[in-house]
Amino acid sequence: MEPEILLRERYVAVLIVIIISLLIGLALFIISNFLRPKRPYREKLTPYECGIPSTGETWDRFNVKFYIVTIAFVIFDVETVFLYPWAIVYKKIGFYALLEMYIFLFLLIVGYFYALGKNIFNWRKD
Amino acid sequence: MMETFYIILITILKTALYFGVLMLHVAYATYAERKVIGHIQLRLGPMVVGPHGLLQPIADVIKLIFKEDIIPSNVDKKIFTIAPLISLTAALSTFAVIPVTDKWFIADINVGILYVLGILGVGTYGIIFAGWSSNSKYAFLGGLRSAAQMISYEVALAMSIVGVIIMAESFNLTEIVNRQAQYPLGMFLFPQIIGYFVFIVAMLAETNRVPFDLPEAETELVAGYFVEYSGIRFSLFYLAEYLAMFCMSALATICFWGGWTIPPFLLKIFPFLSIVPGVVWFLLKVYFHMFLFFWFRGTLPRYRYDQLMAIGWKVLIPLALFNIILTSLIKYYS
Repeated sequence: MEPEILLRERYVAVLIVIIISLLIGLALFIISNFLRPKRPYREKLTPYECGIPSTGETWDRFNVKFYIVTIAFVIFDVETVFLYPWAIVYKKIGFYALLEMYIFLFLLIVGYFYALGKNIFNWRKD
Repeated sequence: MMETFYIILITILKTALYFGVLMLHVAYATYAERKVIGHIQLRLGPMVVGPHGLLQPIADVIKLIFKEDIIPSNVDKKIFTIAPLISLTAALSTFAVIPVTDKWFIADINVGILYVLGILGVGTYGIIFAGWSSNSKYAFLGGLRSAAQMISYEVALAMSIVGVIIMAESFNLTEIVNRQAQYPLGMFLFPQIIGYFVFIVAMLAETNRVPFDLPEAETELVAGYFVEYSGIRFSLFYLAEYLAMFCMSALATICFWGGWTIPPFLLKIFPFLSIVPGVVWFLLKVYFHMFLFFWFRGTLPRYRYDQLMAIGWKVLIPLALFNIILTSLIKYYS
């Protein structure tokens, strides 16, 4: 394996890239700030609604399906994160790891069919 | 200490060069998209600025920088301001680990794929923040739709790569490319054809491109989550979208197409091809995927939202799961 010091510096490089990416965005803002015009008036600052004056609340109630899909996402994404390390090492651990993951996947698939039966993934009204 | 300083300096220089070239590619990808779609629709595309419109992207950048930046009066100003920055930073910093050739990369970390997927997930925040803070109905609906769509397809995208990881036994992107040499065609494309299919569909949905561009369906939501954005903030979103497209293309190239390596069967037929440098192969493969994006946009109509969700949850995820089970079984008994 590699010496630890080199490994650490590779992650430092990633951090540097993230900082530079942020700086590029900020720099574009600042450059544009000096160059662009600023002429606001009341009508220009109203929310865009195809020319009609805006009515009603925006931050209103919305369809609960969005929320349920998010919950399903959390379940499946955590499961994917679990699959990742397994995918690398299962061959070294042997048959036991393979079987264990299949049991895990089976439980997940049962849950998947339950969600399917509850019409979570069905966005049509009828 | 001196050595650390030296490495930091080298990284900054490398990043500047990498990002400079990348930005040029992004600028000309917008031009290529307009040209390709123009020719698909029997038009010429941009022709006025420079010969064959070649200076069009530069003119666009200058225009966007000089545009007024309108912040509507009743937005949530803090979130509204930082949302495009989050999107851009997320899209740009994925390239920290993407290797162009076996010698040219910024950082070669052991968890490359996890890093790319994680950072791409952060980009979703920018879109949710933009949709929520704009206080406009179009932006709000676009943001909601986009969030639900992106998280749904993120699961399929992450699962489609598990097959590749099983075969490569590594998260490191360089290692994944090296492992592909022993397979037919020198790529994971054939053993992982199901995974590749899932990846391509999920990649279109993740970057909000046609036929899954529901968040910015212009006939109903005008522009979706960035309706209220203008000037430089709008262009940051635009830039982030194209960077995400490049990132996805590069990921598809590395995971399924053998990265910068030459397909061995091509080398056998034309031995002189070995003098072509790896970066050319890499760019060829990346631009093939970029062309796919443009091609789909010029050809396919948009899906309805319920169809989009059905494809993601009822087709792609079971397919990806099936692929994982199949790959792990074959790999175990071979």
